[in-house]
Amino acid sequence: MPTKPESPDLSQEDAGPGDDVPPGPVIETDGLEVHYRLQGGALARVLGLRTRTVKALDGVTVQLHRGEVLGVVGESGSGKTTLGRALLGLAPSTQGSITYRGRDGERLVSHMKGAELRRLRTDVQMVFQDPSAALNPSMTIEQAVGHPLVVHKIARGAELRRRVHEALERVGLAPVERFASKYPSDLSGGQKQRAVIARAIILDPEVLVADEPISMLDMSVRAKILQLMLDLKRDLGLSYVYITHDLASAKYFCDRIAIMYLGRVVEIGPTEEIFANPRHPYTKALLKAIPDPDPERMLPRDLPRGEIPDAAEPPLGCSFHPRCPEAVAACGWESRDLRVVLDQHWTERGADFDTERRLVGDLDHLDAPSKRATLGKGDPAAVLALMEGVRAENPDEPLWNGVRSMESDGSKVVVEFEEGVDPALRRAGGVDVACVLYPDGAGSDTAASD
Amino acid sequence: MTSLTKDQTPARPGGPVLEVRDLRVWYGTDRGPVRAVDGVTFDLRPGEILGLVGESGCGKSTLGRGLLGLLPEGAARDGELRFRGKDMLTLRRREQYRMRGSELGMIFQEPLTRLNPMMRISDHFAETLRAHERRISKADVEQRSLEALRVMGIPPTRFRAYPHEFSGGMRQRIMIALALVLRPAFVVADEPTTALDVLVEAQIIRILHNLRATYDTSMLLITHNLGIVAEACDRVAVMYAGKVVEIGPAREVFSNPQHSYTRELLRSTISLSTTGLNFIDGAPPDLTDPPSGCHFHPRCPDAMQICATTEPPVRDLPGGVRAACWAAEVAHGRTLDEDARRPLPREAISVADEA
Amino acid sequence: MRAPRFVSTIWNTKGMARWILLVGVLITAVFLLFALCAPWIAPYDFNQTKVDGVKFPKLASPSGDHWLGTNDQFYDIYSRVVWGARTAVLVVLLSIVLSAIVGVLLGLVSGYVGGWFDRITLFLMDALYSFPSLLLAIVFSFMLRERIGGGIVAAALSLTAIYIPQYYRVVRNTTVAAREATYVEAAKAIGAKPATIMRKYLFGNVVQSVPVIGTLNAADALGTLAALGFLGLGIAPNEASDWGYDLSRALDDVSAGNFAPALWPGLAIILLVTGLTLVGEGLNETLNPALRRRRLQKVTLPPRDTTDPEVVR
Repeated sequence: MPTKPESPDLSQEDAGPGDDVPPGPVIETDGLEVHYRLQGGALARVLGLRTRTVKALDGVTVQLHRGEVLGVVGESGSGKTTLGRALLGLAPSTQGSITYRGRDGERLVSHMKGAELRRLRTDVQMVFQDPSAALNPSMTIEQAVGHPLVVHKIARGAELRRRVHEALERVGLAPVERFASKYPSDLSGGQKQRAVIARAIILDPEVLVADEPISMLDMSVRAKILQLMLDLKRDLGLSYVYITHDLASAKYFCDRIAIMYLGRVVEIGPTEEIFANPRHPYTKALLKAIPDPDPERMLPRDLPRGEIPDAAEPPLGCSFHPRCPEAVAACGWESRDLRVVLDQHWTERGADFDTERRLVGDLDHLDAPSKRATLGKGDPAAVLALMEGVRAENPDEPLWNGVRSMESDGSKVVVEFEEGVDPALRRAGGVDVACVLYPDGAGSDTAASD
Repeated sequence: MTSLTKDQTPARPGGPVLEVRDLRVWYGTDRGPVRAVDGVTFDLRPGEILGLVGESGCGKSTLGRGLLGLLPEGAARDGELRFRGKDMLTLRRREQYRMRGSELGMIFQEPLTRLNPMMRISDHFAETLRAHERRISKADVEQRSLEALRVMGIPPTRFRAYPHEFSGGMRQRIMIALALVLRPAFVVADEPTTALDVLVEAQIIRILHNLRATYDTSMLLITHNLGIVAEACDRVAVMYAGKVVEIGPAREVFSNPQHSYTRELLRSTISLSTTGLNFIDGAPPDLTDPPSGCHFHPRCPDAMQICATTEPPVRDLPGGVRAACWAAEVAHGRTLDEDARRPLPREAISVADEA
Repeated sequence: MRAPRFVSTIWNTKGMARWILLVGVLITAVFLLFALCAPWIAPYDFNQTKVDGVKFPKLASPSGDHWLGTNDQFYDIYSRVVWGARTAVLVVLLSIVLSAIVGVLLGLVSGYVGGWFDRITLFLMDALYSFPSLLLAIVFSFMLRERIGGGIVAAALSLTAIYIPQYYRVVRNTTVAAREATYVEAAKAIGAKPATIMRKYLFGNVVQSVPVIGTLNAADALGTLAALGFLGLGIAPNEASDWGYDLSRALDDVSAGNFAPALWPGLAIILLVTGLTLVGEGLNETLNPALRRRRLQKVTLPPRDTTDPEVVR
């Protein structure tokens, strides 16, 4: 049975296959930002008011070394797909840079336009999540796979045919005659994904961005497609960016892994180190959440609450703090977190919901992020007692670490939160991690990275 | 097919909620009848969660819907299907309709398409409750809905919100709460977490796992994720080409699979402990014309001559497992003659013959 | 588009849709035959009033020489009806093809490019669409009459403008939806230019509803053409035979008790409009996935094999 291939020796920092290739990572992003303008509701749009900005990527710095598989892992909304699209210039960057070092020397993807960007696609290619949607339903497999060569005027006629057949054979769609004239709707999911991969490799690219290439496939096919990608990497000298939400396949497939949350990389490092010694609480949570058929594993007890927040209004401080079981005072606590804790209190013990709700009053004003929250109307002493009750019922709730003061101002209860910091990626052990629990210099047993 | 008549028990306290005996569900296409469910037998005890796993197209969704009578036009069922001792196959359409929701529930994969965007969550609950209990009071509606939502972890402050104000995971929780608010005795959950993120999936799986503490609901959890079964289910049924090939306690089946298909399925799953990639060659068969003998024999790495000709018997094995596999037969002491035991030469399977 | 699949879908249609389609195709085929073979089917030319120097009688009753009689302009009614089919088919075909080409192109570009081009085109098309179509046709016909006369091309052009917005709107909306499809993103990812994406990836997937709109519009165009002819704004009587024109000339004869000159062109209009409508509706039911109901066959379960029950405990 095939086993995992040796990871490339990264100590010889990207010597590269030949001397015609410039040294350094094959693709590198530096402080990459992709921001989208969102229009508000129908009325706001008519009046031209209040456009919100969604920070799909918010300062991402990653390197893809030659011959390496870089895993980009996160939930939906983490920005992992946007990162993949940005690497091909499909999502325009608003800040920062993407550098591609290929056969034609060093080029800045983030500044490319039109024809230059289209030419880049002969070097950087993409495999999509849903193979059924990624193929034009009205093109045969032969037409679809050969189209990149036609578009770039590389081959035609018999040569085109020969190269298409070669690519189809390479991805295992053999005997080729059985598949070439078929339409995508005639093929199974795994076969379609093979065709998508054939289309991606036919231009002989250097980098393949694979966006969840196996997640839509049937489970008996996933391993086969992953094996195909490993074979292609070995035979064609490819480098992969492997985007996924599935840590198990990333563990097997990747040399290094970047964990993303809400548009940022929160932890990045060698796969073994990430799995042996996860540092960021989000990484730990993801690891705990993987359902495993191993009957010896037990269901985790401390899963983070809630879901990934709205990227148009990210939490203050660290984006993960509202869900983080390890959060401390400096994580950026704010009014919205107070609402979550109150909601949780009522969800878990709802006996007095009606009376308590009346006491606390409307909570909608808490939805505007603020370091100072006011609660209640009328009876501040009772509200204060209620809040103390909530605190006593779950003193381990991390929110209370961030509450600087909670007192009555005569008519209302005022809750003030500690100042928060927005942690940057810092070296910790063998990885880089963005978490206040790993301040500068902590565990800097290895020299700081470049 | 074998008629697996175990002792036919009438409704009795502590007895199974659901008794399925040799159930067949076929539906028609231009290419002929599809044998989506072809002789399935199992019991479901009160409060038990049974996981149903298999590749796509093995008939697991059809089985789930067939148990509730939610079948496409032209489909046919036979065999035996008893819910609390009541024969469900001879029930009149109106009677069936009345039982759905109140005694039989269904949880779907896509929560957004099942909630009316113009109706508040509170209205959804009121409608569901009133459809089965016409005279229920407003206070009762609220009290029971909030209780169901609380179990699913939805705060009471969000009771009057609209579906679009919730995230995907919250909507799925609401769907589950809606399916459970009438306290049905049996629920089919068809891939309830497939569209969700890992963390949210884990949250919901934990809630499902804990349901029996609150409700006495039995559940058939259809999924392609073996990990979910291991974590949420008491027992697991492995389905292949319209048949349940192995059924037993989840822990037992996963640690000691008896059927070759179960073993291969587990081996091909990529998990944290994966050190090499394994896969099952070939694709599941066309259910209009399944292979002879054991349906899995063309893909089975240890198929014998007998596998291609004779359907393996269903055998009760130690550990509460039941499996239908000739290799398991031999392993448990059955002697087959030389000819029958000879390895089956495998027809060449092309690399791309896959699902 | 894939012709074999397209044809087989229609062939496999069952029930009502099949009958609608069949009857419609039959009626339309008869008129197409008239149009194609008019010189051989019609005994006389459309503007012939005498044979061998002998003038036709005026308003004659049906006879061996004039199967359906003659009208007040000494024309043979049967010949006029047959030649009228050629006129109708030519005008309708020309206008539908022209409006489809313009509408599809505009819709494709507008939907894919978006931005201000899309907004302006959308606005213009909506304005055009909101006008009553007959009124619009009258205006165009007036304008074209002065420039290129009252022939078949002029009539077709004045109808073309009315139908462009229908193709435009359908194609633009499907393009806007298809633009977000992964296969379009994939096309961008292989480095295809916008023109290539529109031609190779979008066109084939957004024109699928065009045949249906085309046949439905054909029926409508025929009605509008007849109305134009009736108002005297259609085709000049010496250029081609026009059912609408003949109908309007025959009105006085009807009040005088002679129905034949009005009956036959009128019947031709009604029949062809019905035929085309049936084809359109039939196609719509067959090709439109929203309306199409895949018919599932009923299954009867065969009795079980009772030979092999082997249960081992």
